[in-house]
Amino acid sequence: MIDLSVQIGRLKLKNPVLLASGTVGYGNEIAEFTDLSKLGGIVTKSLSLKPRIGNPPQRICETASGMLNAIGLANVGVEVFIKEKIPFLKKLNTTIICNIAASSIEEYVECTRILTQEDAIAAFEINVSCPNVKEGGLEFGNNLQAVAKITEKVKAVTDKPVIIKLSPNVSRISEFAKIVKDNGGDAVSAINTLVGTAFDIWTRKPKIKNITGGLSGPAIKPVALAKVLEISRNVEIPIIGIGGIMNWKDAVEFMIVGASAFQIGTVNFINPKAGEEIIDGLIEYCKKMSINRISDLTASYEI
Amino acid sequence: MFTVLSTVESLERLNKNTFLLKVKAPQLATAIKPGQFCNIKVSDADYPLLRRPFSVCYTDGDTVYFMFDIQGEGTRILAEKKTGDQLDILGPLGNGFNTEGDFEVAVLIGGGIGVAPFPLLIKHLEGKEILTFVGARNSEQLIKWGMRNILVATDDGSEGFNGNVIAYFQSEANKLENKKIRIFGCGPNPMLKALQKVAEKKYDCQLSIESAMACGFGICQGCPVKKSDGMGYYLVCKDGPVFNSDQIVIE
Ligand SMILES: Cc1cc2nc3c(=O)[nH]c(=O)nc-3n(C[C@H](O)[C@H](O)[C@H](O)COP(=O)(O)OP(=O)(O)OC[C@H]3O[C@@H](n4cnc5c(N)ncnc54)[C@H](O)[C@@H]3O)c2cc1C
Ligand SMILES: Cc1cc2nc3c(=O)[nH]c(=O)nc-3n(C[C@H](O)[C@H](O)[C@H](O)COP(=O)(O)O)c2cc1C
Ligand code: FES
Repeated sequence: MIDLSVQIGRLKLKNPVLLASGTVGYGNEIAEFTDLSKLGGIVTKSLSLKPRIGNPPQRICETASGMLNAIGLANVGVEVFIKEKIPFLKKLNTTIICNIAASSIEEYVECTRILTQEDAIAAFEINVSCPNVKEGGLEFGNNLQAVAKITEKVKAVTDKPVIIKLSPNVSRISEFAKIVKDNGGDAVSAINTLVGTAFDIWTRKPKIKNITGGLSGPAIKPVALAKVLEISRNVEIPIIGIGGIMNWKDAVEFMIVGASAFQIGTVNFINPKAGEEIIDGLIEYCKKMSINRISDLTASYEI
Repeated sequence: MFTVLSTVESLERLNKNTFLLKVKAPQLATAIKPGQFCNIKVSDADYPLLRRPFSVCYTDGDTVYFMFDIQGEGTRILAEKKTGDQLDILGPLGNGFNTEGDFEVAVLIGGGIGVAPFPLLIKHLEGKEILTFVGARNSEQLIKWGMRNILVATDDGSEGFNGNVIAYFQSEANKLENKKIRIFGCGPNPMLKALQKVAEKKYDCQLSIESAMACGFGICQGCPVKKSDGMGYYLVCKDGPVFNSDQIVIE
């Protein structure tokens, strides 16, 4: 028997496969296609304190082996989440990681303080790739002090593991991972989407209404791998790898460069059973390579 | 909703730009309702990456029909499929047309490839009087496959009414004055917008609309359409693609 379980700080997962925030909603639609109880867990859509209707269309567009999105963090808000979404999530028999996005440090803290009382939630993932309204809309994720403060203050209101989801739109991502560690964060996940844009050459207009959006999918995998490797070589902190994973081979690559677990995003739109298929692939790979514990793969690179 | 590997039975060219694709997909054929759609992966590779949404055009036994126009890379690849090829299809998706309720005449109004869902709709409208207004740029681009009681309008007047299909419907509408009608519209946004205006407070009217989509089943939030009551957005893939004409704001 191959031991597929992994440990992310204090958080134990039955296997390293997680579904990424914003690509599974609150679990109910994708559950029609795949058995979520087989997965390591799911990360729910970014929640803010109050509901958000999101951006006007066009919100998405396809690019070479990838896609741009500017959904605008459309979500039901903390109250409706607890009332209407948690009852379903509870029944799933998988680990639920709750992702939070906010426009002020106080809002991050308030969301966590309320949600930490929900037994169904095993851990928090904090999305810092959001504009800080008080600081003129600059991304929290671009500012070391802001990330330090969010980590420290969120940790102060919950006993559950706190994962900070890092933005790749910075020059040294490992500095951000270090500041998360120094302020008590349990793990980091990397990466969120890369800022990108696309224009229609005939109308000269941007293809998405927000002008820029977040690039995801296979196109970003090499960048994501480099970011994970950079963190792995410089900071002692568990890493959840994300970015362009389409199959088990991509997943193994992330573990080799340093990830303890990984999340799959865009692929869920194309193949909602990808998570289960990746688990099967991982088992075959471990057998071939005579690996007994999948966690031995983490940071097993030969450089 | 499920994913199936279907087998291409045939691909037929209906006119210069329009194709009729028949695939063997028994599970889908029995599950689908008119106005619903499927999300098709046109290639195994990472490019094109996303599935492409297509209305189900018709079903016959185990066979599902799609009707499509070549638009860009994805539909170009689809037009090269051969008999026996495997095609990965996700469906059935969306709500579909509502054919229940009290009406005598079904007025189907389609512009361009917008007529694609009509053949299956017609099959489900058994017992009703049906009128199908079909619009196209010119006679070469007209699609008549699977339609019934066709009234043709072309922008250049090369066949039928000279002008757009909504103007044609308006000029014929007086003949339907004392009958209970329901309109089913599908086509490009400017056409649907015009139809919405004509239908306002006057006709029972359902519109099937398009939107860019990533998932097609409600998890990406990529396909919003504004609610007419100002309370945010519907998702075209899950709440639609068919809406009552007065529910939405078409941009
Ligand atoms: C619910 C629904 C039903 C549809 N039914 C049919 C049908 O029966 N027959 C048919 O020919 N077409 C239909 N379409 C439109 C069809 O999906 C597009 O023509 C197709 O996606 C174009 O792909 P492409 O790669 O050839 O074009 P490209 O322009 O290269 O596509 C680039 C991207 O834009 C998206 N896109 C482009 N045009 C459209 C469009 N009009 N609507 C939505 N997304 C678009 C593509 O999906 C893709 O992600 C439908 C669309 C929707 C939303
Ligand atoms: C449509 C869409 C919506 C997303 N929404 C969120 C979100 O709400 N919160 C978040 O932290 N990340 C969000 N992401 C980012 C993903 O979780 C993931 O980090 C990114 O897509 C890279 O992984 P992938 O290449 O496997 O998709 C979203 C991504 C997509 C494509
Ligand atoms: S296409 Fe993903 S939610 Fe509609």
